[in-house]
Parts: sequence; structure tokens; C-alpha cells
Amino acid sequence: MMGYENQGYEEAHLFASKEEMASLVLNEDPSPPLNGSQSFPDDPLSSSPPYVEIPTDDTDPLHSPSPNQVLPNHSSINSILEPPSYADAIFQSFDSDYVDSAEVNSQDQSLSALSSLSSDYIKICISDPQREQEQSGSLVPGGSSYFTYLITTFTNLPEFNGTEFNVRRRFRDVVTLSDRISESYRGLFIPIRPDKSVVESQVMQQNEFVEQRRMALEKYLGRLAAHPVLRRSEELRVFLTVSGKVPLARTTDVASRMLDGAVRLPKQLLGGESAVGGAAEVSEVAQPAKGGRDLLRIFRELRQSVVNDWGATKPPFIEEDKEFLEKKEKLQDFEQQISNVSQQAESLVKNQHDMGETMGQLGLAFVKLTKFETEEAIYDSQRACAADMKNVATAAVKASRLYRELNAQTVKHLDKLHEYLGVMLAVNNAFSDRTSALLTVQTLLSELSSLNSRIEKLEAASSKIFGGDRSRIRKIEELRETVRVTEEAKNCAVREYERIKENNKNELERLDKERHDDFLSMLKGFVVNQAGYAEKIANTWETVAEETIGYAK
Amino acid sequence: MNALQRSGSGSMAQTQSPRSPSSQAPYLTVSVTDPAKMGNGVQAYISYKVITKTNFPEYQGPEKIVIRRYSDFVWLRDRLFEKYKGIFIPPLPEKSTVEKFRFSAEFIEMRRQALDVFVNRIASHHELQQSEDLRTFLLADEQTMERSRSQETGIFKKKPADLMQIFKDVQSKVSDVVLGKEKPVEESNPEYEKQKNYIFQLEDHLAEAQKHAYRLVKRHRELGQSLSDFGKAVKLLGSCEGNSLGKAFSELGAKSEILSIKLQREAHHLLMNFEEPLKDYVRALQSIKATIAERANAFRHHCELGETIKFKEIDLNKLRLTRSEKLAEAEREYEQLKADGEESKRKFETIVKLMNEEIARFQEQKTIDMGVAFHEFAKGQAHLAKSIAEAWRSLLPKLETCSSS
Repeated sequence: MMGYENQGYEEAHLFASKEEMASLVLNEDPSPPLNGSQSFPDDPLSSSPPYVEIPTDDTDPLHSPSPNQVLPNHSSINSILEPPSYADAIFQSFDSDYVDSAEVNSQDQSLSALSSLSSDYIKICISDPQREQEQSGSLVPGGSSYFTYLITTFTNLPEFNGTEFNVRRRFRDVVTLSDRISESYRGLFIPIRPDKSVVESQVMQQNEFVEQRRMALEKYLGRLAAHPVLRRSEELRVFLTVSGKVPLARTTDVASRMLDGAVRLPKQLLGGESAVGGAAEVSEVAQPAKGGRDLLRIFRELRQSVVNDWGATKPPFIEEDKEFLEKKEKLQDFEQQISNVSQQAESLVKNQHDMGETMGQLGLAFVKLTKFETEEAIYDSQRACAADMKNVATAAVKASRLYRELNAQTVKHLDKLHEYLGVMLAVNNAFSDRTSALLTVQTLLSELSSLNSRIEKLEAASSKIFGGDRSRIRKIEELRETVRVTEEAKNCAVREYERIKENNKNELERLDKERHDDFLSMLKGFVVNQAGYAEKIANTWETVAEETIGYAK
Repeated sequence: MNALQRSGSGSMAQTQSPRSPSSQAPYLTVSVTDPAKMGNGVQAYISYKVITKTNFPEYQGPEKIVIRRYSDFVWLRDRLFEKYKGIFIPPLPEKSTVEKFRFSAEFIEMRRQALDVFVNRIASHHELQQSEDLRTFLLADEQTMERSRSQETGIFKKKPADLMQIFKDVQSKVSDVVLGKEKPVEESNPEYEKQKNYIFQLEDHLAEAQKHAYRLVKRHRELGQSLSDFGKAVKLLGSCEGNSLGKAFSELGAKSEILSIKLQREAHHLLMNFEEPLKDYVRALQSIKATIAERANAFRHHCELGETIKFKEIDLNKLRLTRSEKLAEAEREYEQLKADGEESKRKFETIVKLMNEEIARFQEQKTIDMGVAFHEFAKGQAHLAKSIAEAWRSLLPKLETCSSS
């Protein structure tokens, strides 16, 4: 109870108008308390936007005053007659809630990060879009322009060597970041970056488009920062901290690649062992074959995949991890269900919206009726009727407002569903990484086997000639060298495959846990929200029912 | 009929309980029930059971049941409108030619309720309840009813066209000056003008409120459907998810489906107990407009007679001077006209007096009926919202156990 009183006191300061009571209990708790249990928001980790939990206890002191508080507001017909401004006032207070919650959302990620590492903290804000001109080198005279965004990072992670950073980046830089991460962290569930949306940028109003993009970027970087592995990546750190041009290669250096992958492959692999991060050359095999540059490799891998599917015998190296296959299937099912629920959630939100709107229009119609009857009243019965209508109008307008707020909160909660659709995209990408890495291994194994059989044949042929066959022996030596290098490539590929498998496994565990927590909090939030608003709406109508009880049959 | 009545009342006195009839308050209640589809195809119609319970002496018995159809109600309304000028005749539900064919259960129920309200309003109106036509309607067998009905259709067919004309006059926007004719004669009574304006504007306002009330009903249905679909989808997700969270989803889905049903029920309740009463009053106002037209009619008729009488007087004096043989006849006609003039004046004044009483009664009735409708509306919404809150709250303990696992 103490908690409640303090909460109410705090919030009384925040809102000056009479709407305070109404908006007071409407500040929903959008982000889950960290330990997953319903704690009162005295939680030191929850920050500025105050949360009020809708109490299960009906003797809530905050509840009962509210009808009384709001009614005086309606005692003058004028306040009823200008419902737009009344509603606007409420909407504004909600807007400020929303901004807070947007912050909370990005805090969400940092808070969830907090749950795993108690003192680590990274928060990214994007603001201040500026228009800049394309520098020299542009073919178009006069140059094209683009927008840059100010990216501010607050962190206490040790790798950053600092607590606050500001850089300017354009969207293209984000694409680069995303590409680099996808290459270096195959097998992880990497958040999907925002669309390039070329069409939208032409069609939408520029301000809207820039704002939409700003929000999307903020969300995206927030998700990267929330990922336990990616937040520590050099790519992200460099992106967030280094001023000026982003020091990440725009595409992997493939200028030196020749179409003949078999010749290039050994040279690249002679360079090093480690396949993670660092120089682009070493992990060539650890990269999926890229279109246009790796044609031969692509053809070989394609042939291998055909052999896998249609060949008479099973390939020598296959996906054997039953647990993984089961999980994969389950996730496919899950993806479908999520998509379905997400769709239904959208139409639920639309219908809630419509309900609120129509209720509001009904209220307005009764406001007009009240005014009319009051002005034209000749009989006492008319005055009584007008008084009844006023009550109905008041309640309807209030209920309409409550529906609108309920809906806004519902959107926030059910948004999790949409988010997980994005997560599933990332999961599918990670699974593709695994599949293509496996294919690379299989291809190399096939090559090795064919090389070895060629060597055998040559040896057999050569042994028949007395004293040996110079040219054949030379050939055998060459092939043996190729085999050795291919063997190394294969080992590298296998190591990469195993690495991706490990990544998959860890990520699946993380997904399970996070999914459980996220959905649980979504359900709670949704349910508490619905129950809370339903109660408020019930109270509103009960007042009117009481006032009109004299007419009951 | 009189003999029957007397014997009816006589027999009633004998069959009455030991308490004398005068100590029991007179009552007349009617219920319209049991709609049944009759006939086939284009000629199909709905018949209703009309049950009358009364202790009025003219009614030959405490209870009577007859079968009536919509056109019988129309007949009753037309007869009352013709005979009781000045009184606001209760409105009938619309004559629909299209929906009738579909005969949806909801349409039938709405119509039945409106007809029930119609007859009861007549039965509780101190003047209308004495009407002989009402007695015919409530007591006559079906053949008699059909005969009466077909007799009247010829006379009343013109009515809609007449009323249209009169409405135009009442609104008085199209000026006959344009056509070169004088403006039709109208009362110049500012109070009455105000009342007329009130009626017209009230109709507009109520029609708008009713429109939104109808939409609100639809919204309830749509939200209900949406919750049902959502619930099903969530249940599927729950079974895919498995473990305690999956169960939580499944329960959420189940609750959604339950709430969907509640919403559908409230939609129906809202329709019958809030939207229909509003619609009923819109119709009532239209009926009042018809009475307004009747008053204008009576006024014009009275004025025209006045004019005619004046001219007749002039004629008469001319004839007196010329000592024509036609004088006697003309004098007779003149006296007749004067009597007619008195009659039309009396009729007009009756209408005015009745209308004044009716307006007061209308306002009182409206306050009560609207009050009931508002109460039902608020009760329904409160009840619905409460069940929604309860349903969602009941999930919370289950979600608690999930998080601890």
C-alpha cells in the first residue's frame, strides 16, 4: 500500500490537469520487471516513466476517487461540448507517455542485457537528421543529397574506452555494418537491418520518411546492442565510435578473386588458420560463395547439392544432429503460428480502434442532443431527459477515450509478435549459413575424393611403365599438392561448419529463454492492460447505471 | 354489438371474483409473440400471436388470443390516425419489402418487439384505448379482420401522396409566390412554430444518435469475431509452444473465445434495448409530423370555409336585394356553410387542444423510455466490461506460475 501512495504522489506532480486521475492509472507498465515476477515498481532499475500496476485489489484508493475526480470536469456543458480539445489534452498526455515508452523500449534492450551481465550497459540514440550533399566523384552534376543521422552512444563496456560517443552516419553505412556482421558472425541470429525502401523514399513525405527511418535505425542498433555477442563486436564498436568515414570495407575484397576458384583457394588458405573476423582472405572458404565472383565455386556447390538430393548414395557428411533437426521443425511451425497470431492481433487492434471511435461519435451525438434539449426545454420532463443524456454522453466520451488508450497500449504489447517475425527471419538466415557451410564441406570432400581417385588411376597407369612415367609422376606430384591444399581447405570449412553449429546451438538456447521471457511479459502486459481498462470502462458505465436506476423496470 | 357488450359485461359480472370489478384498477395489456412464417415464396408473411389481458367491460373476457399479420397493424394505425386527429399515434416499424424475404431471426425479433410496443402504447393511451377499431383488432377473428382490412385499402392508398404535399406546405420553403399563387394559409402562432421546429430538429438529432448506436452494435459484433479469430490463433500457438507458456497461451485463447461470445450477446442486447428504442422515437417523431400536417390541413380547411362563407354572405345580400326565388335555398346553404364552419373550427380547436396535451405526454413518455434505454445501455456495457475484466484477471495467477517455472 505504501508503494501505491508514493506512486500516486509522484504522478500528481507530473500532471497538472484534472486528467491526472484518469491518466494516472493509465500509465501502463510496458516493460517487464527484470526478474519476471510482478514486483512493484519501486524497482531501482526501472527509470523515469513511472509505472502503475493495475491492482487486483478492488479497494484500490486510486480507483474510487477517479469517477469523482472526473465528474466535476464534466459539470459544465462546455467541457462536454468541446470534446475534441478534451480528448486532445488526453492525447497529448498519452503522447508523452509514448515518447517515454519509446525510450523505455530502447532501454528494454539494455535492461535485458542487464539481466545477463549485471553492470554492462549500452544505449544508443539516433537524432538530428541532416541533409548533406554528395561529395565530388559523383557523376551527376550538382550531386545528389542524402541524410545523415547523429548517433549517440552511452556505455560502460570496457572495449569502448569511453562512456559517450557521437558520430554521424548515413544509411549506407548501416548497410555496410550489417553486411560485415553477417559475414563475420555466421550462425548467429543476427537482427535484420531496416529496408532500403527506395520506393517509399520517393512516395512518402520527406519528414515522415526520415522520421520513420530514424526510428527504424534506432530500433535496429538497439537490437544489435542487445545481442550478447554482437554488442562486443569490433564492427559495431567501430561503427559507433569512429568519427568520419566508417572504417569497414564496403564489400569483401574480391578484386583479386579470379573466376577459377580452385586456383585461388589454396593461395588464400596458405595465409592462416583462424577463420573468425580479421583479414578477409583467410576466411574465403568460411564465406558463402558470392555471386559473380565465385562462379566456379558456385557451380561446384550447386552440383554437389544436386548430387545430395538426387544421387544414389548419401553424401559422406550430413546433418546428423537430431536435436537440431527437431528444433528446426518446431521453429518452422512456430513461425507459421506467430505469423497467424500477428495477423489476428492486427485486426483485433483495428476493431478495438473502431469500437472506440464509434463510441466517441455516439457520445458526441448525445452531447449535441443534451445541448439541444436543454436549450429548448419547456417541460420538466425535458430537463430530466437532458440530464440523463448528459450522463450518457459523458460516459460514452470517456469510454471512447479509454478504448483509445487501451488500444495504444495493446499495440505496444502485441508488437512483440511482430518483432518475433523479424527474429524468425534472422533464425532462418542463421540456418542457411549452416546449410551452405555444410554444402561447402561436402563439395570439398567430393573434390578430395575425385582428386584421390585421379591420383590412384595415374599411379596405376604409371606403375605399368618400367622406370616410371616422367610426365605422369609430375602430374601425380601436382595432384598430391592440390590434395594437400584442398585437405586444408576442407579442414577449414569443417571448422567453420562446426563453429556455425555451435553458434546455432547457443543461439537456440538464448532464443528459447528470451522467447519465454518475452512472451510471458507480453501476455502479462496484454492481460493486465485489458483487465485494467475494462475495469475503468465498467466503472464509467456503472455510474450511469446507478444514475438511471430509477427507470429500471 | 351492444347486446353482446351488455351480455358480456353481465357474464363478466357473474364470472368475476367476489371482489367487485370497480375495486380492481382497469387494465389492458397486450403482448405480441410467437412469430411464425406462413405461406411460401413471394406471398410468404409472418403471423404473430396477439394476447390480450384485460378487465375492460367491452372486452368480453379476461383473455383473448388472435392471430395477426403486419398489414393488420397497419390497418389499425391508419384507422386511429383518421379518427383521432391531434393525438400522436404510436409508430409502426418500417414496411420492408426486401428484408422480409430473408426473414432473418433478428429482423423478425426487432419487428415483433416494435409491434408489441406499438399496441401497448395504444392500450395505455387514455383515449386510444377506448377505440372500437382497437377492439376489432384485438378480438375479431381472422376472416373479419381480413375483410375490414381490404375494405379500407382503397381509401387510404392516397395517403402517402397527400402527406408529402402537406409536408411541403409545413416546411414552407417552396413559395407559391414563385408560381404566382398566394402562399398557403398557415397559423401564425410563434409558440407553435417553435414546437414544430423542435420536433423537426429533435428528429434529426435522434436519427444521428440512432445511426451511431446501430454502428456501435456492429462494432461489438466485429470485435467479437476478431477476438474469436485471435483466440483460435493463440491456441494454435500455444499447442506449438508446449510447456507452461504454451498452456498460458492456450488459456488466453480460450478466454478470448469466451469473451467473443459475450460480445455477441451484448451486441444483441444493445440492439434490442438501446438502438431500437432510439429508432422507435425517430419513428414517433415522424408520426408527430403527420399530426402536424393534419393540423395544418384542418387549419387550411377552416380558413377556406371562412372565405367561402364570406363570399356566400355577399351572394346572399345580393339575392336579398334582388328578391330572387333562389334566396331561400341560398339561405339554407348559407346556414349549412355556417354550421360546417363551426364544425371545422371545432375540429381544429380540438386538434390544437389535444396536441398540447399530447406534447406534454410525449415529453414525459420520452423521458421515461429514454431513461430505460439509457439504463439498459449502461447496465449492458458495465456488465460486459466487468466480465471482460474478470476473464482476463483470472489468467494472472496462471501467468504467475509460468514465470516461476
